[in-house]
Amino acid sequence: MLQEESDLSLIIAQIVQKLKGSNLYSQLERQAWGNWEKRILKSLNSMCTELSIPLARKRPVGEQKELLNKWNEMGTDEPDLSLFRPVYAPKDFLEVLINLRNPNYENGDSLSFRTHLGLIQVPLKVKDIPELKECFVELGLNTGQLGIDDSTQVPPELFENEHVRIGQKVLAEQDSAAAQQYIRQGSPTALRAELWALILNISSEPEDVLYYEQLKTNVIQHDLLVDSLIYKDVKLTASNDDYYFVFEDYLYQVLLCFSRDTSVLSHFAYNSASPPKSYIRGKLGLEEYAVFYPPNGVIPFHGFSMYVAPLCFLYHEPSKLYQIFREMYVRFFFRLHSISSHPSGIVSLCLLFETLLQTYLPQLFYHLREIGAQPLRISFKWMVRAFSGYLATDQLLLLWDRILGYNSLEILAVLAAAVFAFRAVNLMEVTSLAAAEAVLADLSTLKVMPLLQIFLFATVT
Amino acid sequence: MSRVLVPCHVKGTVALQVGDVRTSQGRPGVLVIDVTFPSVAPFELQEITFKNYYTAFLSIRVRQHTSAHTPAKWVTCLRDYCLMPDPHSEEGAQEYVSLFKHQMLCDMARVSELRLILRQPSPLWLSFTVEELQIYQQGPKSPSMTFPKWLSHPVPCEQPALLCEGLPDPSRVSSEVQQMWALTEMIRASHTSARIGRFDVDGCYDLNLLSYT
Repeated sequence: MLQEESDLSLIIAQIVQKLKGSNLYSQLERQAWGNWEKRILKSLNSMCTELSIPLARKRPVGEQKELLNKWNEMGTDEPDLSLFRPVYAPKDFLEVLINLRNPNYENGDSLSFRTHLGLIQVPLKVKDIPELKECFVELGLNTGQLGIDDSTQVPPELFENEHVRIGQKVLAEQDSAAAQQYIRQGSPTALRAELWALILNISSEPEDVLYYEQLKTNVIQHDLLVDSLIYKDVKLTASNDDYYFVFEDYLYQVLLCFSRDTSVLSHFAYNSASPPKSYIRGKLGLEEYAVFYPPNGVIPFHGFSMYVAPLCFLYHEPSKLYQIFREMYVRFFFRLHSISSHPSGIVSLCLLFETLLQTYLPQLFYHLREIGAQPLRISFKWMVRAFSGYLATDQLLLLWDRILGYNSLEILAVLAAAVFAFRAVNLMEVTSLAAAEAVLADLSTLKVMPLLQIFLFATVT
Repeated sequence: MSRVLVPCHVKGTVALQVGDVRTSQGRPGVLVIDVTFPSVAPFELQEITFKNYYTAFLSIRVRQHTSAHTPAKWVTCLRDYCLMPDPHSEEGAQEYVSLFKHQMLCDMARVSELRLILRQPSPLWLSFTVEELQIYQQGPKSPSMTFPKWLSHPVPCEQPALLCEGLPDPSRVSSEVQQMWALTEMIRASHTSARIGRFDVDGCYDLNLLSYT
C-alpha cells in the first residue's frame, strides 16, 4: 500500500486551512479530489520509474502473434507481478472521504450538536426511512418479489409464474422503460441477461462486435503498465474467489479492452474526476501530442475486476459482456470511486448508511463507536464494490436487478444498514473492531431481499 | 426576449441582529443587501440572476415610482423565496438562480432601488450571501420583419402538364431530392463529436510520465 497515508491527512488539513474563508464548496470538492488524483498519478509514475517499465510500449511483432494465439487463455500466463502494487485500495479512499470538510460549515473542535457522529462530516441531504419507503415502494410487503416469493415453500402460481409471463411479454415488446419498472421486483434467471441488455440499451449490432475487435487489436499492439495492474488485481481478487475463478480469462479480455476504450472518456462530462494526461515522449507541453493515459482515463484500483466478475454469469460472448460492463460502469460504478455530491455518489451513500444506522439502531451505533469500530469502516468495502464478492452470486444479481430498476445506488447503503441490523445482537457483544469485522466477515449466507424488506418496511421505528 | 444588463452598485451587506453585534454567541441570521442604480433612470426590471452561497430564503423589496407626483414607495415583490429546501444541508447552497418579473408579486415598472433580504436560520453555516448579482431590464424588441408577398400569399398550385409515360412522378422526385439535400446540409452543419477511437498519435503511444496539472 502507499506509504504516505499519514501525510495525506496533513496535506488535506493544510489545504482546508487555506480554503477557510474562500467561497466555494465545489472548490473543496475539486481540491480534495485534485490532491487524491495527484497522489494516484505520483504512485503510478513512481512505479514506472522504480521498475523501469514504460507507461506504454508497442509490442514487437513476435509478441503480438503470441498474445493473439493465447487470447482466450491469458489466465494461464504467470507473469512476475510481485513488484507491482495496486495503486490504491478502498480503505485509502475512505481516508480521503473522512477528511472532506466544508470550509463554510461550523466544525468546532469540541463535540456539539453540529458534529456528525459517524466518519463523514459533510452535510449532504440523504433520505430517511419514510422517504426510502416511498422511493422503493415496489419492495414493500404487499408486492411480490423474486428473492422472497419464489422460495420453495411458496407455490409458484401465487406470484412466480405470472411474473415470468410478464417478463416474457416485456421482452417481446422490447420496451426498455417497462423492463426497468418490471425488474424492480426482480428478474427471473432465464430472462435476466436479455432484460439487462434491454434496460442498458445494448444490442449486438455488427458494428459493436467490430468495435470490440478493434479494441482487441489495440491490446495486442500496445502493452500498458496498467495491464499489469489489471493482471495483479484479477489474480488477487477474482481468481481467489470460489464463484468467479472460472471466469478469469473473460476478465482479462474485458478489462484489457476496457482500458483502451476512448468512448469511456465521455463519462467524464458528468464525473467530477478528470482523466490523467500525458504527452508523447519528446513532445512535452505540445497539445497536439497530448494523450490520456490509460486511453479510457480510468486507473483501476484493488478490487476493480469484481465489477465485471458477476456479469460473466450472464453473458458468454465477449463483445456483449464487454458492452454490458462498459455501460454499467459509465452509469453506476464510476460513482463508487469518485467524489461528488450526487445522491448515488459514494459520499452520499456513506452518509446515508451512517444516518440510517444512527437513527434506527442508535444503541448499536453508539456501542460500536465506543469500542472504536466505526460502522463505516466495515461497510465501506461492501459499498465500493457494490457487494460483489461478498454476497452469493444469485443474491448479488437480485441486488443489481434493483440497482438497474431504480437507477440508483442508494440501495447499497440500505442493504449495508440492513446487514448491521440483522447481526445487531451479535455486534452488541463485541468489544473490538477486529471482533466486529469477524461477525460481519461472511455475508455469503445472507438473503438480500428479506433483509431489505424487513429493514425498510417491517421494523418498528 | 432580449435583456440588457443594468449597471448597478451593490452596497455591502448589513447584518440585522438584536442586541450587541459584538457578542459572539450567535451569528446573524438576516442580512440586507442594498442595490442602487446611480446612473440609470427608473426602469422596468426583467430579470435578476445571482449565485447563491448558503442563503436559505430570499425576500426582495423594490422602490417604485408610481407616478410623476407621488414619492417613490417600497414594495415587497418577493417574499421568502426558498433557495435551500433544507437549510441544514447542502442542497441548493451554491446554485445559480434566475428570477423573472412574472414570478414577482407586483409589477416591476419604474424601479429605482432594490433591497435583498437574505435569511439563513440554520446555525451550522459560518456565513451566507449571494454573489455575482446581476439585474437586467428588457432589451429592445427585435424589429418586426415584413414578409415578402410571395411568402405570405403563396400562389395556388398550378396543375402540372401531363407527362409522357415512363417518367417518374415529378413531385415525388422533388421531395426525395429535397430530403437528400436536407440530409447533406445536416451532415455538413453538424460537427460530429463521435470519437474515432484512436488513442495514439499517428500510431505512436510512447509516453512521458503522467502530468500533474
